[in-house]
Amino acid sequence: MSAETAAPAGDLPAIRLDAPRAAALGAIARKEAPALKARVENLSFWYGDKQALFDISMPIHERRVTALIGPSGCGKSTLLRCFNRMHDLYPGNRYAGRIVLEPEGIDIIAPKTDPMIPRLRIGMVFQKPNPFPKSIYENVAAGLRIRGVRNRAILDEQVEKSLRRAALWEEVKDRLHASAYDLSGGQQQRLCIARALAPEPELLLLDEPTSALDPIATAHIEALIDELRENYTIVIVTHNMQQAARVSQYTAFLHLGKLIEFGPTEEVFTRPRKSMTQDYITGRFG
Amino acid sequence: MATAPIAAETLRFVRRSRQRDLWFATLALVILFAACLTLFGLIADLVIRGAPHIDRDFFTSYPSRRPADAGILSAWVGTVVVMAVTAVIAIPLGVAAGVYLEEYARRSLFTDIIEINIANLAAVPSIIYGLLALGLFVYGAGFGSTILTAGVTLALLILPVIIVATREALRSLPREMREGAFALGADRWQVVSMFLLPAARPGIMTGVIVGLSRAIGETAPLITIGALTFIAFLPPPPFTPEFPWISLDWLWSPFTVLPIQMFNWVSRPQPAFHELAAAAGVVLLALTLVMNGLAIYIRYRDRARRVLG
Repeated sequence: MSAETAAPAGDLPAIRLDAPRAAALGAIARKEAPALKARVENLSFWYGDKQALFDISMPIHERRVTALIGPSGCGKSTLLRCFNRMHDLYPGNRYAGRIVLEPEGIDIIAPKTDPMIPRLRIGMVFQKPNPFPKSIYENVAAGLRIRGVRNRAILDEQVEKSLRRAALWEEVKDRLHASAYDLSGGQQQRLCIARALAPEPELLLLDEPTSALDPIATAHIEALIDELRENYTIVIVTHNMQQAARVSQYTAFLHLGKLIEFGPTEEVFTRPRKSMTQDYITGRFG
Repeated sequence: MATAPIAAETLRFVRRSRQRDLWFATLALVILFAACLTLFGLIADLVIRGAPHIDRDFFTSYPSRRPADAGILSAWVGTVVVMAVTAVIAIPLGVAAGVYLEEYARRSLFTDIIEINIANLAAVPSIIYGLLALGLFVYGAGFGSTILTAGVTLALLILPVIIVATREALRSLPREMREGAFALGADRWQVVSMFLLPAARPGIMTGVIVGLSRAIGETAPLITIGALTFIAFLPPPPFTPEFPWISLDWLWSPFTVLPIQMFNWVSRPQPAFHELAAAAGVVLLALTLVMNGLAIYIRYRDRARRVLG
């Protein structure tokens, strides 16, 4: 069903290259073909008795942006929240299948995998900016403090580095100890990105990061995502197709909890293989 | 466009509704005034009768058989130390229990039973706590009629208030805060201690102070456990000149508290003592008001600061 069938559950080599597709990436492809950061394999998910995801398989390419698109209620956020086991916070939720995190090949959603393991390695930015009621500095330092970092010099350095990467440093460097709530919505979201970046995650999950922002702040964040691709693997949920086309290299189209199509963004948007994808991206439904 | 007249039926209906609103509002206002006036009357009466007796000597004298010499030294010291013991026991226990029930415990029959119990405990008459303490602490544990027993008893009494306030405060935090903290890789204890408790502190503090200001006025359970009504000495000091410099002997001292001192004075026949009771009442009232003011101040300050913990 999915465009690119992920490796079966057996122990295939951890890194699987898809040469023709990588070549098709053309200009955006780096010199080396992208390796895989994660593989979703036959993933199903239930909220209590209600099944929300059906047998999803797709790859997550390293140092690429993968967009999850689809009409509301299609399960794109649900899928994203599987990657860091957010569903474990609420009772009655159940996973089936695997999400394999490379290079070690750990199954993120296996019951015996402590949810802290993926969460310590995967950063997340939420739909609504959710800074903590603390200072700007402490918001960015939070992930490091959780990991037991106490050394002031390291904290200072990492806070500055992360704020710079999130393109927020110049605006806040003189008021690092002011409340994060004093920032505008767009700044708060960039702060949340800085907070997610500070512990140097291997994978960054963005859950409609611009849905609560105005067009200018949105443009800021999109430019930022493009830069972050240099160093990070990113999965972004968006309800905005232009955004998916602008920032991503791979796109997955979901509908009613099923993966309808996956492929390089250019292909999905210019010559989709499924008529349903065509209908959605041309705005006929959704 | 021609305007048609509104149907008389509709107008009558509207007028009737308005009249009903007016009646209710008037009635409510009258009752409100009556209640406030009664309260102000009581306070004014207390202040008018008691205020002239409040001077330095009143705070530094022990009770006496002669009204002119009598003061509340032992009573206010007793109130302060008993409250300290109560706070030291009730706050950590109550907050910990609230955190456990709200953040750690999975919903089960067990937690449901605990929840119902806590709700009911908050409604148990305070003298019942006194009876429990008499059997359990005074005789059972052999604590006697001491400051320790009083503190533990009042701590039990206000524990439900603190537990419920802690849970409410935690529950009112946005779920995005919890998710944000967990997504950073925090374990449950870190989520609670680094993010949730600091953010919930205004609510928790309010509950704590409401609880303490309930405890400060309690009389019945303390009389039940055998508090003295006439006491002309202070508990031993907590600091000693020789090693180890700190002494807990005061915990084992007999005591009295302000409401009991008031009760004692009111039950005497001489009118002069009744005025002293009013004076002690003003002090007690002022203490309660200060505590409530503190609760409001903390709530507003933390809301304004927005940098917590």
